[in-house]
Amino acid sequence: MSAVTAEHDHHDHGPAKGLLRWVVTTNHKDIGTLYLVFSLAMFFVGGTMALIIRSELFEPGMQFVNPQFFNSMTTMHALVMVFGAVMPAFVGLANWMIPMMIGAPDMALPRMNNMSFWMLVAGILLLASTFFMEGGAPAAGWTMYPPLVLQTGNALPFAIFSVHLLGISSIMGAINIIATIFNMRAPAMSLMKMPLFVWTWLITAFLLVAIMPVFAGAVTMLLTDRFFDTSFFDAAGGGDPVLYQHIFWFFGHPEVYVMILPTFGVASQIIPVFARKPLFGYSSMVFATAAIAFLSFIVWAHHMFTVGMPMAGELYFMYATMLIAIPTGVKIFNWTATMWKGAMTFEAPMLFSIAFVVLFTMGGFTGLMMALAPLDFQYHDTYFIVAHFHYTLVPASVFMIMAAGYFWLPKWTGNMYDEKLAKLHFWLSAISVNILFFPQHFLGLAGMPRRIPDYAVQFADWNMISSIGAFIYGPSQLIFVYIVYKTIKGGTGEKVTDEVWEGAKEHSLEWTLPSPAPYHTFSTPPKEVPTLSTSRS
Amino acid sequence: MKKTKQLFAALTLMLSGLGSAHADYAISLVKGVTGLSNDIYDLHMWVFWICVVIGIGVFGTMFYSIYYHRKSMGHEAEQFHESTKVEIIWTIIPTLILVAMAIPATKLMLEVDDIQESEMSIKVTGWQWKWEYEYLDNGIHFFSSLDEASNRARQIDSGIDPRSVPHYLLNVDKPLVIPVDTKIRFLFTAADVIHSWWVPDLGWKKDTVPGFINEAWTLVDKAGTYRGQCTELCGKDHGFMPIVVIAMEKEDYAIWVQEQKTLADAEKNAADKEWTAEDLIAKGETVYANNCSSCHMADGAGVPGTFPAITESPLVSGEMEAQVDLMMNGKGMMPAFGQMLSAVDFAAVSTFIRNGLGNEVGDSIQPSEIKSLQTALPKKESDDDE
Amino acid sequence: MSDDLGQKNAKLVRKLVFIVLGMFGFGYALVPLYDVFCDITGLNGKTASEAATDVKYEVDLNRKITIEFVTSVNGVAPIEFRGEKNKLNIHPGQYYSVNFYAENKTDKKMTARAIPSVTPGLAAEYLKKTECFCFSEQTFEPHESKLMPVRFVIDPELPARYKTITLAYTFFDNTEKSVKK
Repeated sequence: MSAVTAEHDHHDHGPAKGLLRWVVTTNHKDIGTLYLVFSLAMFFVGGTMALIIRSELFEPGMQFVNPQFFNSMTTMHALVMVFGAVMPAFVGLANWMIPMMIGAPDMALPRMNNMSFWMLVAGILLLASTFFMEGGAPAAGWTMYPPLVLQTGNALPFAIFSVHLLGISSIMGAINIIATIFNMRAPAMSLMKMPLFVWTWLITAFLLVAIMPVFAGAVTMLLTDRFFDTSFFDAAGGGDPVLYQHIFWFFGHPEVYVMILPTFGVASQIIPVFARKPLFGYSSMVFATAAIAFLSFIVWAHHMFTVGMPMAGELYFMYATMLIAIPTGVKIFNWTATMWKGAMTFEAPMLFSIAFVVLFTMGGFTGLMMALAPLDFQYHDTYFIVAHFHYTLVPASVFMIMAAGYFWLPKWTGNMYDEKLAKLHFWLSAISVNILFFPQHFLGLAGMPRRIPDYAVQFADWNMISSIGAFIYGPSQLIFVYIVYKTIKGGTGEKVTDEVWEGAKEHSLEWTLPSPAPYHTFSTPPKEVPTLSTSRS
Repeated sequence: MKKTKQLFAALTLMLSGLGSAHADYAISLVKGVTGLSNDIYDLHMWVFWICVVIGIGVFGTMFYSIYYHRKSMGHEAEQFHESTKVEIIWTIIPTLILVAMAIPATKLMLEVDDIQESEMSIKVTGWQWKWEYEYLDNGIHFFSSLDEASNRARQIDSGIDPRSVPHYLLNVDKPLVIPVDTKIRFLFTAADVIHSWWVPDLGWKKDTVPGFINEAWTLVDKAGTYRGQCTELCGKDHGFMPIVVIAMEKEDYAIWVQEQKTLADAEKNAADKEWTAEDLIAKGETVYANNCSSCHMADGAGVPGTFPAITESPLVSGEMEAQVDLMMNGKGMMPAFGQMLSAVDFAAVSTFIRNGLGNEVGDSIQPSEIKSLQTALPKKESDDDE
Repeated sequence: MSDDLGQKNAKLVRKLVFIVLGMFGFGYALVPLYDVFCDITGLNGKTASEAATDVKYEVDLNRKITIEFVTSVNGVAPIEFRGEKNKLNIHPGQYYSVNFYAENKTDKKMTARAIPSVTPGLAAEYLKKTECFCFSEQTFEPHESKLMPVRFVIDPELPARYKTITLAYTFFDNTEKSVKK
């Protein structure tokens, strides 16, 4: 492989020619691009599944798909969005930005970087192939609770193997990021001078290293229960199906933070730049992130308030979960204080960030409500939780991934995106996402369970409104694809400066590089690092 | 046209915030009919209003800032970047707010946990995809599944407007009946996969886990019909296993119990009598429509690759024994109907599929034969050691 | 890349891989840990899987507890299974025996296992069984029926708030699994 020879002299030439460049590349920018393009494609695949779901739910009665396929849709929508879209998008941003933010020439382990990307592709393709197997794609929900998941047809071992591949890919990506941050920083870049995006990713990477193997273990137990007569989760052999839920959520709760912590990081990069002010409370932001990550390991059973735990357990998990509100609140307050008395302008990245702060806070409120165990007895497994986690994933993670796209595209391509179109994209998204998810709160409170393909007539109206929101939100995202394409092809024609955004140079290192960023950057580490938005001492 | 109107109405209501004026636009939590569900509702509203106040504070500050601290307004950015005092304040205040929520929540949890000293016990077993109820004190026992009208209407392309079906998807063939003003303990378990039993009006849901037993209690204040659904994904027909609880005045409940005992005797006799093939086929058609047609299709054609056809199936035209065995014990996606159908229904549908849906085998099977094959359900002796 | 950095990276990667393997093991370690945890907290109401030793307790004649017996058969396992009694009113500290009836409804030899579960879960540790058919797998000859006794005692230490305890058994047909073995 040319990657091997490129190892020693890769500072001397640019990218390889032709398509092969993308297969064998070990350049962090190329791999970042691969991740981002792939995740954007998966966002539309998962989005199409969501639109199938919302079409079926547009009206009461079964119109388009049978219930089994509907269940496959909800299951695959979740798996594709979590493992194919959101996580890879953040890995892509990490690949592009972390070396440029800490003054490193590349990721620490470039060949492993290439491997983890292609393993992700293989994992997703394998997952997609289950659609064509006897018995259909997995349909037991992305949580894959036994005994139900053991009723999956031929797809089960393939889905599990696919989860293994995705897990290994994530772990390799995480190890690479940790190694890069620990070993590749410019000498002047002490830990407390790292931009928050780097900090949040460092913490996220540790979460991944800790939880993905646990998940791999859980699904392996499913596999041996089904094919090798073990009884981890089979009551008949002395096992316990609820044990799976404990192991799964030991992974699953930190996993949802894997998707939100880098989101916090992106917001903390963008808001100070457009407020023209230092980030408020840099060190408290770092500690709050670490606190959230720590808490994520000790709250898992709040997903299981209804499985029948003893009172002491329910109370403990309730109190521990409520604690998460404190560091999360600190973050929200810090962002607000960053905006306070700034000199704000509202380009697309800032608009998305403000929407993120507001809508994520709403997701936080519903999260707090669900933390209260007696209330969760009503909310659990209804559309209320569907609304909750979509508020923390779509107008939070997805919005901030797109904000990151707008924010850094000019740096990546040297061209400016079309601000007018981007604003159109923002307003369509911000309005429709609320039409889509806000009524789902009402549905859940009124008694509509989640994961059902059809519903009682009294739920019809809000469902129809929610579906209409989806039909606006989904196609609106094509505007983003068009803007990205146009920007790569030359954008508005306006050449951007090195710092792109006024004063950005003072906040973070990538803005000191030329635009577009050359194929190889920081071959010699920078002497000084910007400290406006980090610790100054 | 109707849709457009509905949509317009919906948007108007949403904008004017009058959603709650119309039942279909319910926007808040179900209040319910038990002391517990009312307490849960009150706590929900308490937490909701706290969130609203925090929201107004945070978003208000943010939008004030967005409006006044704009570059286009000529605002110069200040360069402050930390304040230990402020940060301590906004850590302590949320902590106090959390305590204000945790105290009532804890009290409520202790109330939820107070299952002891109930007056009667009902065992609820979750099945794919129906509920089994067993009254532990008087031996009443039955299955409860989606009613026929909903089941017909919910088939893909059924041509039936769900709006024309009363309580579409929230109606069952045989509801659970309980007395009001009686502390009832529910015991939950499952026969196959995990389900979850939820009636919003009672204020809680509880998972049913195969091999394990869970408990919860209720005390309904008001006679009425309360509807709910399974809330844990349990396979294909997870959305089609509703729960209906009828709370009756104590006297009415006593009458109902008597009726059930008479009915049980009648059913036992029906299983023992000799049935003609015609009667079995006629009855079997309904049983087929309710239990089999969602997979094997109304005409028995099945879904190629997923659900085998009944029409010209080698299994159906072969030995009766093999067919009955499969139906009784299930296989893969095929549920085991051995305990779900009564002996009469089982015999009827077995006979029907051999002599209908394009099959002409010509034989039949008697309910009494099924009964001897069928696993007898545990019969309880109603005496206890008082 | 300098050799120095390469070594540093390799060292760090080794450490991280070690964490990964450790966490994979931890996932498995959760299985026995969970059992320990259940024993301590009464999570899921599992009862001891081995016979309790026959300890003599002080019988508390002033206290009455209702113990309910619930029987289930998983899915359509061809077993008839019922308790001789629905419930008993008992005194803590006194030993009681209750019979359960089980019958193999098939023409084949059957291996089955009864899984006990107690609610409220926290009461499980006070329910001591010196004899139970649930301690091991049961084999049934074709159409064989058995009367199986359970001998138990409620530890008088049982907190006062418990007045009703439910002991549930679910029979699982393990014939297929045991044939494979």
